[in-house]
Amino acid sequence: MIQRDGILEMTETPTQLTVLKARDFASDQDVRWCPGCGDYAILNQVRKVVAKIGATKENSVFVSGIGCSSRFPYYMDTYGMHSIHGRAPAFASGIKMANPELDVWVITGDGDSLSIGGNHLIHILRRNFNVKILMFNNRIYGLTKGQYSPTSEEGKRTKSSPMGAIDMPLSPLSVALAAESSFVARAVDVDKNLGSVIERVAMHEGSALVEIYQDCNIFNHGAYSYATDKDTKEDSVVRLEHGKPLIFGKDRDKGIWLDGNRKPRVVELGHGIKEEDLLIHDEHDESLAFLLSRMSHPEFPEPMGVFYQIKDKCYEDLLQEQVDSAIEAKGEPNLEALLNAGETFEVKA
Amino acid sequence: MAASTPPSEVTTEPSSDVPIGSKPLQELGSAVIRFAGDSGDGMQLAGTQFTDTSALFGNDVATLPDFPSEIRAPVGTVAGVSGFQINFSAGDIHTPGDEVNALIAMNPAAFKAHVADVQAGGIVVVNESEFTKVNLRKAGYPEGYNPLDDDEFDQKIRLYKVPITRLNEEALADSEMNAKGIGRCRNMFALGLIYWLYQRPLDATISYLESYFGKKKKLPAVAEANIKTLKAGYYFGETTEMFTVKYHVAKAEVAPGVYRKIGGNEAMTLGLAAAAHLAKKTLIYCSYPITPATDVLHYLAAMRHFGIKTFQAEDEIAAMCSAIGVAFGGQLGVTGTSGPGLALKAEGLNLAMMMELPVIVINVQRGGPSTGLPTKTEQSDLLQAMYGRNGDSPLVLLAAQSPSDCFNTAIEAVRIALKYMVPVVILSDGYIGNGAEPWRIPDVKDLKPIEVKHAQAVEGKEFQAYVRDENLSRPWAIPGTPGLEHRLGGLEKDSLSGNVSYDDENHQVMTDLRRLKVEKIAQDIPDLEIHGDPEGGDLLLVGWGGTYGSILTAVDQARAADKSVSSIHLRHMNPLPSNLGSILKKFKKVLVPELNTGQFRMMLRDKFLVDARGLNKVAGKPFLVNEIMQAIDLMLEDKIGDRQFLTPRLHKVEMETQDLDLSNYMEQS
Ligand code: SF4
Repeated sequence: MIQRDGILEMTETPTQLTVLKARDFASDQDVRWCPGCGDYAILNQVRKVVAKIGATKENSVFVSGIGCSSRFPYYMDTYGMHSIHGRAPAFASGIKMANPELDVWVITGDGDSLSIGGNHLIHILRRNFNVKILMFNNRIYGLTKGQYSPTSEEGKRTKSSPMGAIDMPLSPLSVALAAESSFVARAVDVDKNLGSVIERVAMHEGSALVEIYQDCNIFNHGAYSYATDKDTKEDSVVRLEHGKPLIFGKDRDKGIWLDGNRKPRVVELGHGIKEEDLLIHDEHDESLAFLLSRMSHPEFPEPMGVFYQIKDKCYEDLLQEQVDSAIEAKGEPNLEALLNAGETFEVKA
Repeated sequence: MAASTPPSEVTTEPSSDVPIGSKPLQELGSAVIRFAGDSGDGMQLAGTQFTDTSALFGNDVATLPDFPSEIRAPVGTVAGVSGFQINFSAGDIHTPGDEVNALIAMNPAAFKAHVADVQAGGIVVVNESEFTKVNLRKAGYPEGYNPLDDDEFDQKIRLYKVPITRLNEEALADSEMNAKGIGRCRNMFALGLIYWLYQRPLDATISYLESYFGKKKKLPAVAEANIKTLKAGYYFGETTEMFTVKYHVAKAEVAPGVYRKIGGNEAMTLGLAAAAHLAKKTLIYCSYPITPATDVLHYLAAMRHFGIKTFQAEDEIAAMCSAIGVAFGGQLGVTGTSGPGLALKAEGLNLAMMMELPVIVINVQRGGPSTGLPTKTEQSDLLQAMYGRNGDSPLVLLAAQSPSDCFNTAIEAVRIALKYMVPVVILSDGYIGNGAEPWRIPDVKDLKPIEVKHAQAVEGKEFQAYVRDENLSRPWAIPGTPGLEHRLGGLEKDSLSGNVSYDDENHQVMTDLRRLKVEKIAQDIPDLEIHGDPEGGDLLLVGWGGTYGSILTAVDQARAADKSVSSIHLRHMNPLPSNLGSILKKFKKVLVPELNTGQFRMMLRDKFLVDARGLNKVAGKPFLVNEIMQAIDLMLEDKIGDRQFLTPRLHKVEMETQDLDLSNYMEQS
């Protein structure tokens, strides 16, 4: 059981509770990503967070599709399923219906979840299954050696787009918001805030999508250098904090201001613009979250952190409630009554 | 069905307020009637009511609903005709009947589409009011022609021209309903008339109308109007000079017990519910709507009170994968579909096979290929279910043989899946899925519990996810169990630990193990029983699935004519029963009737090197008994020669018509 809303739910008495460390969640399998791959940092953070929040190995399930990131479950000493390309959300939904008590995570990539699995992604989100989706977005197909993905920028030259990709990329977070996800966030693989974002999503109850900017060291190295290099980073990202103004820059001298048409603009503080004039982040404001999801480099600093969170009933619980109320109305299940329902007639010997 | 109780004692008389008739009564052993009309004419309801009444009365019944291919076909056209055929009998029957003894045609299109199926001298009741110029044109009759005035029909059939639309309007003249509402009651007038003709009680239909329209829909005026016109139809038969005789089909001699009428899709759901109960598991049915399997989802969605969960997935793939997720999570995961959906499920099914998880896939087959004939029946997904996945992917395949048999087949599928940790595909079809028959409700005490073992951690012993028991079954270790944490997936696994393995020899071993595990199940399924001569003879018919009734009936008729013909019918399609090979050797000739182009014949020839010939039909409908009879004769008389298979053309199986005249299908110069 994990800690939710500050209350520790336990199946055992406190004396039996063993505190697990991050390394206890490491399986005996060798991690086989390329040296320097951003996936390593994410794996470490996830192990740390599940240990920190008091998750158990037996109640944790990591489900993935196909792709570099989808190797993830093999490296967690929990239950796991390395399923089919794009289909992880469907497997996760089934697992949750079978046992709503499990902590179910989906590990996916931009190709896995937005291309072949786009349909499953939007439907698990809208249904609000309590499943946490970590999408490792490296804007490339790594496992198949470097083709453009649904998040590759227009004009991207790869082996399958030698003259430049003519596909319009999509924003995973805009998709998630349109799909009614109850939690939407973004982080960067090597950023210090990754752990806190993962911790937030772990505590959320409902469908959640976290986009993690992940460097594919081999096929798309440096795709996010603007957001990771010391020199450019603070000018290229804006960190979201609920109730706080959107301020960024090395010297924290820039901010995001909404003009009269509710269009975001980058402004410099001073010259008559004060902090309180800036856009104030509200995690519960859906249209604000969507606006933030449209801000992209280099025109804007890209928002990092929790874009959106609401509390809503989870699918698996609603389903169980329907079963419970039907049983309450009609009495304990009785096979004999079920088979004999409707019009029957007796033939006597 | 309505929830009201049936009359405690069913009599041959209609309900008490209808006068007892005085016309001569003719006793029949059985009768086949067909209701046909526009899809808006309520023919399915009339047919179902006639079936319910006959089943409650004590007849054996078999039905064949025939839905129009197009949902929105223009009113009054042949494409929009909906039919419902019922065979009801005082004896044991297994088919909806070859020839129609009485047809009720509610408009010219229905007459045109169905009159050819009526036996010589058979009854045809037409709704004369609808034989207008406009409707005749819509039905595609030539300008100025009305079949009701055609002497040709007068000689072939007994034609009764009843102005049903007008009589219904007159019966309901003082109803408060508008003209449209009144018009919609005319199927009940027709039903009342046919009830009189076959001397059926009205009670069951009256109580249905009261309960459905009166209580459920809160439309007491509609209930009242329908009941009124139902009775008016009955009286019309009794009082008019038109009908000179009425018929009676006595109760069937059947084993004692409590019965209900059941359709195949419904029986499937009860079987799944029973199996979940016997295995003490929660049934979670994950499905995407598809004809003709959708009713399985409907029935199960209405069984929340039995602890059943249903999940309408976003597509066929998600339905398959979520059912596998359910199995991984430790409950009973089931999905259902029809041919095109099975194609989409292949990927997930293959993963379930690889991960060795118990999951059930129901395929209610329909006419293929591609979108094919969604509302018609066929058995053409056998090879898809058997082989339609990448790599070597053996799994267990079962086929249900009749509507009520879907119940047993579902339980057997769950038993095998849970015992052997293997996906099981059930092949049903549109005919048995939508068809109905009386079903003797089993005593719950007679159903065997399904034992489920879940792995538990053993102190000091490392858990191995693929170590096998005596059944070659791997452990079902479910999340939530401490110490059994493991990862499954589609990559090849080490034969013991289950960790990813790219080792060449290991892949060979794992492929062998997956095959051997399925083959071993043959030791756990019943031997086939020969229907006919256990010691062998001239001809053996080998059938599977929904053709059971017509093959059985044909073989019985052939045997009654002293022909050396026997049959076997398979429920277990993979693995095959162990004694199949030795049975095949006992007969000089083998004929495999199938509603496809020879899929099981191919499997039989492959496995047993037997010179099996086929009777193959893909005309949207089940075999007529007579088609099989003709094929039997051609086989016995050695007329088939080197031909691999026979095809009925317009219900005739003749050597002369086997080859298509291809020039008919080419551009004419
Ligand atoms: S190909 Fe790219 S994403 Fe895949 S493991 Fe290597 S560096 Fe990581």
